[in-house]
Amino acid sequence: MRGIIFIDVQKCLACKSCELRCAVEHSKSKDLQQAIGEYPLPERRVEVETVAELAIPLQCRQCEDAPCVKICPTGAVEKLEVEQPVLIKEQLCIGCKWCILVCPFGVIGMDRGGKAVIKCDLCFERLKDDKPPACVQACPTRALQFKTTEEVTEKKQREYLIKFKTGKEMV
Amino acid sequence: MREEEKSIDKASQELLEIAEKEGIDTAWDRYEAMVPQCGFGELGLCCRNCVLGPCRIDPFEEGPQKGVCGATSETIAARNLIRMIAAGAAAHSDHGRDIAHTLLLTAQGKTKGYEVKDEQKLFSLASELGIKTNGRDKKEITMEVAEKVFSEFGQQHGELQFSHRAPGKRQALWRKLGIMPRGIDREIVEAMHRTNIGVDNDYENLITHGMRTALGDGWGGSMIATELSDVLFGTPKPLRAKVNLGVLKQDEVNLVVHGHEPTLSDVIVTAAQDPELIELARKNGARGINLAGICCTANEILMRHGIPIAGNFLQQELAIATGAVDLMLVDVQCIMPALSSVAKCFHTKLVSTSPKAKFPGVEHVEFREEEALLIAKKIIRMAVENFKNRVKDKVNIPKEKMDLVAGFTAESVFKFLGGKYRATYRPLNDGILSGRLRGAVGIVGCNNPKIKHDWGHVEMAKELIKNDVLVVVTGCSAIANAKAGLLKPEAAFQYAGKGLKEICEAVGVPPVLHVGSCVDNSRILITLCNIVAEGGLGDDISELPVAGAAPEWMSEKAVSIAFYFVASGVFTVLGNPFPILGSREVTELLTRRLEEIVGANFAFESDPIKAAHLMIDHINKKRESLKLKPVMYAEREKVTFGVE
Repeated sequence: MRGIIFIDVQKCLACKSCELRCAVEHSKSKDLQQAIGEYPLPERRVEVETVAELAIPLQCRQCEDAPCVKICPTGAVEKLEVEQPVLIKEQLCIGCKWCILVCPFGVIGMDRGGKAVIKCDLCFERLKDDKPPACVQACPTRALQFKTTEEVTEKKQREYLIKFKTGKEMV
Repeated sequence: MREEEKSIDKASQELLEIAEKEGIDTAWDRYEAMVPQCGFGELGLCCRNCVLGPCRIDPFEEGPQKGVCGATSETIAARNLIRMIAAGAAAHSDHGRDIAHTLLLTAQGKTKGYEVKDEQKLFSLASELGIKTNGRDKKEITMEVAEKVFSEFGQQHGELQFSHRAPGKRQALWRKLGIMPRGIDREIVEAMHRTNIGVDNDYENLITHGMRTALGDGWGGSMIATELSDVLFGTPKPLRAKVNLGVLKQDEVNLVVHGHEPTLSDVIVTAAQDPELIELARKNGARGINLAGICCTANEILMRHGIPIAGNFLQQELAIATGAVDLMLVDVQCIMPALSSVAKCFHTKLVSTSPKAKFPGVEHVEFREEEALLIAKKIIRMAVENFKNRVKDKVNIPKEKMDLVAGFTAESVFKFLGGKYRATYRPLNDGILSGRLRGAVGIVGCNNPKIKHDWGHVEMAKELIKNDVLVVVTGCSAIANAKAGLLKPEAAFQYAGKGLKEICEAVGVPPVLHVGSCVDNSRILITLCNIVAEGGLGDDISELPVAGAAPEWMSEKAVSIAFYFVASGVFTVLGNPFPILGSREVTELLTRRLEEIVGANFAFESDPIKAAHLMIDHINKKRESLKLKPVMYAEREKVTFGVE
């Protein structure tokens, strides 16, 4: 499965289900009730931020020409293929934080232990099983969707044409 | 999800397939669409009690750890849980109140279709309530009993009358802990007050009051519902009947009652025998009028009249999907709003009857006790007249139906063990003392698509009886076990361990005993008191080798039931955890520390076999503390199907 996380900000109710399921997906047990008792506690890679009354779930955009990949001195940050995630090899990460500095979106952070950086990995293991990322599956309003760029382009075009013809936003 | 993964019941599997073909949404489909469900809600970490919020606590400790008011995960989880108890206790108690109301109206001569059917029980209740019976008119006694019981709902201080049925040691503990319920409604109101913003912020204090509220249900509202239903409609006696969707009939008018209260359904049973209505059915091309039930209103008329049961909670939509239900009458509780859309796919007429429970777009025939018989006849007439609208091609009645024996009560069954002429609990106690019986377990509660339909109930019951544990069942658990054939006396030969089999054989009872509807869980409390009173097994309920379980629970009523059992001293295992796991302290209190406080605690275990063994271990521990003999056939050979 390949694609990008599409965000419809109009639909986000800031319930933070994406944050919760992201942490569960990155836990040892992958089970909510068990994950809350794990040590160390699993960490989320998405954060619902609010800007001017809009709630926006922020996570790594998996840039195709990623500054974090370019700047990493140890080759710990790696972009697989087009529309595939940017991943961090924990063993190679020396915690220099260059990637944090160059990320245009501020979606890379240090882990709880402060040893390595963490970021959204697009749930690459789920993608292998043809499952969308956990945050997408958890979103009750479908504000988060997993789509290929072609699908997103098509949707955008349709929205534009409808607006052009009727003067109304597509709902 | 494949059909076999949804339910172990063949009839349900068959109809789920039909529903899918016809594009009918069922609870399973809606559950799948809802997954993953809100994790904050699941863990009990979401608070909507005021509009400083909604607030939620991040269980992974990155986000907020306190609500806007400062409430911690402990406070929030405990508050949410006792609100569930309050709602559950309210539902049972309001049911009890309705029955008390019917009894009062009947005594005043204002009803048609009701009379006191169990005079003996009326008199014994009267003397328990301190009401004189000698030389007094029955009507007067009935009125006074009803009034006295009625007053318990609004009672402001003192103690509930039926709580005095508990062993003295238990009552003393309740008083010491300050959880002896003062009135039924009062505790529910106080639970709502305490959980209002900025009142009770101490999780332990909240849970303590939750126990008091629940005790007001078990030893108040629910017990009143059971006792007065026995007075009005008769105390059940063992009888044979049939269960599952196969009880619906191809050539008769099928009227299905669904909900919880016996007030209307019992009159429907009488009215359905009206020759005029039967004649009308014939004129409409039907061979007769067939009644069947779903959920606890079904259990009520099964226990007293042997009316067949069509199914349990998760079968309500499937019953309509047979295309053979001409009318489904509903009253209160556990009635899915989805029914109205399923009914639209068929000719089935859905009729709501309670002023408390209406459905948009559904025909409402309001029930009033004063005109019960008239209303019952009106509804039956509607069913009869709808028979001709049945679409033959859409009728799919599964062939599955199972025999069962129901109608056991605290009065009947265990005294049966002693025989007609020396009615006593002695043989039951002796059975446990001698080790022929390991102990007893009550399996109760709902269905929930999170657990394979009926699987939790049936597997648990089989594992327990195999280990010589006598099982009593109520509600949807009773229906699940009935469908699996465990309520037949023959089931003892097939599934029970040697000791339990010997007892079932001697007395002629099944190894799994149906003791009624969900308010009839109070019959289990009374039974436990009787066992303690009979002697030899300690002097409190918490000392008995018994346990309780709700493997497929979902309702707030189940929360209240679970709490009144634990607060009465019964170790209780739940299939789904309470939504409190987000609070370590509340979880610790409920699953461990409560044992030191009330002599019993909760366990959460979704695997019914593992859950059965938690209870067996608990029973063994209790037997050890009572210094009972070892279980008689502990190391017996593996029980094989039907073979000695």
